Amino acid sequence: MSDRDGYPLTEDDLLPLSLGAAVLGTGGGGNPHIGMLRVRELMRKGATTRIIPLDALPDDALVSEVGGIGAPLVGIEKFEQGEECLRAMRALEDFTGERFAAMISAEIGGANSMEPIITGLQAGLPVLDGDGMGRAFPEVQMTTYFIYGGKPSPAAIADEKGNTLVFRDVIDMYWLERFARDAAVAMGGAAGLATAPMRADFVRRVAVPDTVTQALTIGRTILDARKRRRNVVDRVIAATGATLCFTGKITDVRRELKGGFVRGEARIDGLGDWAGSEARIAIQNENLVLWVDGRPVVMVPDLIMNLELDTGEPITTEVLRYGQRVAVIAMPAHALMKTPEAMAVVGPQCFGYPELTFAPLAHAPVTA
Amino acid sequence: MIRIGIDVGGTNTDAVILDGARVVAGVKAPTSGDVMTGVVEALKKALAEAGMQASQADVMMIGTTHFTNAVVQRRNLAQTACVRLCLPATASLPPMVDWPDDLRAVIGGHWWLAHGGNEFDGRRISPLDEAELVGIAAEIRAKGIASVAVSSVFSPVSDDMEREAGAIIARELPEAHVTLSSDIGRIGLLERENAAIMNACLRDLSRDVVEAFRRALAGVGFTGRFFLTQNDGTLMDAAFAERFPVLTFASGPTNSMRGAAFLSGVKDAIVVDIGGTTADVGSLQKGFPRQATVAVEVGGVRTNFRMPDVFSIGLGGGSHVLEGGARVGPTSVGYELLSKALVFGGDVLTATDIVVADGGIELGDPARVAGLAPDLVRRARDRIAEMLEDAVERARVSPEPLPVIVVGGGSIIVEKPIAGLDLIKPDHFPVANAVGAAIAQVSGEVDRVYSLSEMSRDAALADAKAQATDAAVAAGARRDSIEIVDVEDVPLAYLPGNATRVRVKAVGELNV
Repeated sequence: MSDRDGYPLTEDDLLPLSLGAAVLGTGGGGNPHIGMLRVRELMRKGATTRIIPLDALPDDALVSEVGGIGAPLVGIEKFEQGEECLRAMRALEDFTGERFAAMISAEIGGANSMEPIITGLQAGLPVLDGDGMGRAFPEVQMTTYFIYGGKPSPAAIADEKGNTLVFRDVIDMYWLERFARDAAVAMGGAAGLATAPMRADFVRRVAVPDTVTQALTIGRTILDARKRRRNVVDRVIAATGATLCFTGKITDVRRELKGGFVRGEARIDGLGDWAGSEARIAIQNENLVLWVDGRPVVMVPDLIMNLELDTGEPITTEVLRYGQRVAVIAMPAHALMKTPEAMAVVGPQCFGYPELTFAPLAHAPVTA
Repeated sequence: MIRIGIDVGGTNTDAVILDGARVVAGVKAPTSGDVMTGVVEALKKALAEAGMQASQADVMMIGTTHFTNAVVQRRNLAQTACVRLCLPATASLPPMVDWPDDLRAVIGGHWWLAHGGNEFDGRRISPLDEAELVGIAAEIRAKGIASVAVSSVFSPVSDDMEREAGAIIARELPEAHVTLSSDIGRIGLLERENAAIMNACLRDLSRDVVEAFRRALAGVGFTGRFFLTQNDGTLMDAAFAERFPVLTFASGPTNSMRGAAFLSGVKDAIVVDIGGTTADVGSLQKGFPRQATVAVEVGGVRTNFRMPDVFSIGLGGGSHVLEGGARVGPTSVGYELLSKALVFGGDVLTATDIVVADGGIELGDPARVAGLAPDLVRRARDRIAEMLEDAVERARVSPEPLPVIVVGGGSIIVEKPIAGLDLIKPDHFPVANAVGAAIAQVSGEVDRVYSLSEMSRDAALADAKAQATDAAVAAGARRDSIEIVDVEDVPLAYLPGNATRVRVKAVGELNV
């Protein structure tokens, strides 16, 4: 289990990893397909990296967390020049005079599962098997790193044009989110962000563990189910202990771009066991709250995912479309995401739903 | 009302005549190298079978798999240049990065990244550089390329730069076709750019094909209205089709699936349409092809069209049988089946020859395949069965035992049930494509910007739906048959007044 060498990431891992990351992206996190192609291009040019467990590094080694910041809609249209995150990470090394030993993801869900791998490939560094969310969330402070005391500065943000900003002193994580978000919007809605260096012993304690491997497992389950002509939604549910919450057809999707976020709502008319019911999903980049017939059923930080009903393809919020037939499934968030400290940062009230009290999704028994 | 439906496949050209909902004639003729001869022959045969004159027909709908086949087989594709306006953004993934190597090689893999492109809010990533584009045009000219695709970051939100760059390139290269990505696709740069590049590499072929249709129809004395079918099963006029051949992608599968539903009366099934070169497999839900959710691949390339969830395998009646029967397809004798296949006196071993040799059907001169090694015949027959079973299993999305409707001229190579499912071969099964074309629907589309500070979003959507419905009626749809099939709104945050771009598509039955 704790083989400290981890395993090399190969080109064959990329499709399952991107599929699994899309599922854990809970509708957001950006399109992992673009990131997957970028990783593939780097691998084909000879770059290599390894996925190593959280306990692989000495306590005082420094870990760099990088990720893209911006609206997913921007990510599928104006994708990266390529070295945004690398420039942001190098800016922090220049600023602190210290070198990083490994990369880690802020969010395993979506494109940001790939960013630390891309930077790892470019810088020749390994990538830790874990992340700061176990899913995707829209804002920088919504990671276990920040929730459990990670420093907000120094941080750096870089765009494709050559602009790199270092945030020298930032008083808390909300200010970092505000500055980084405004900078990303000014930079055209997408940028690479490197947050403050973290010690390996801290990361070992607060990161959601094994999530790179989890994403790979989910992706392999989907691909295997397709190959064996099994019902993909059923297999994903069996492999992850997820709950089937609704099936239906999308009847309306409304979106607004506001301050670098896509905010909106999808409406779904029930099919099958849910015929005659209507569901509503609130979106802020990710799926936030699911209501069925007006009753809140699942809410953040638990995970809400739309899978295409027949193929099990995860559907991100930017491609949600009228007429799609979906299965809405949910998974409980990691325990690190449900403590009182975490609730103050990622509970429903943090997304503009003060009327909702977090009711955790029960962990369904795994029936595989 | 008299409707003529024509389907031009790689191997056969099919023609049907429908009087109302009744098929009064259904014929096949070999697709000829010049297209036109085969179309004329099929038309004449169909008219003779129905005892009619071409002038009696009210309307003609033509579906063609020419363009899809050209991409799948990597044939008749022009060397193409892609110019993306983007720098310095998006340089991590150049154009065609996700294409199969062989297809990229066939069209030359020529691409240039240039300055330009927009941010999501309409600002410029960098200014358009005319001198840079003139230089790129000179390099394109020096390589002898006359097909150009222009893409630009966020061109669905603001297409000014793409149009300006297109005009500069057209001015510098007056002989070239220029395809703009914003004319074809939606948000999603790689997929939209892929579609634009494929459209560009098909423009030489589309000019020839559409012109051939025009002459063929005039030659037989047809005087009614003439349409081509597009990927969503709706109709477009010839001039539009010539400019946008890529929009005919998957029209063949859509037509055959709708034709299969119409002919069999079965609304939920797996449809396998086997032609001379390829077999298209998809699933029918309530009489319509299941729509693909995310990216659809054509010839291995991702696009973001609204398309039926259909995939092609390289298996048809004319597929080459190679390696002692271990390999069948994807190459094919195509339209030359009736001269090249062994049973028809030729010297090429095809899938059809195998079925004849195996005793599955009597066709041509069976004596000419009597001497084939039994081992080879068995291996090839098993390989064909395995390919069909794989394809049907892949199209099944549930363990539910749906029937398999087999249509298309090449379906003679199906001898028994596939994957243990009920097999249906409806009347007129060889010409289901043409029947589907004949019953194709008419669409109306609206694509405009609404200011949501002046009206609510619901009111804007209702207005757009009403306009799309009116446009469909104006294009010839029966009002009571119209359905809204696509609604999309993209906020344009950079414009004052909370502007939103709304696209709505309505389709209905042709009212004649």
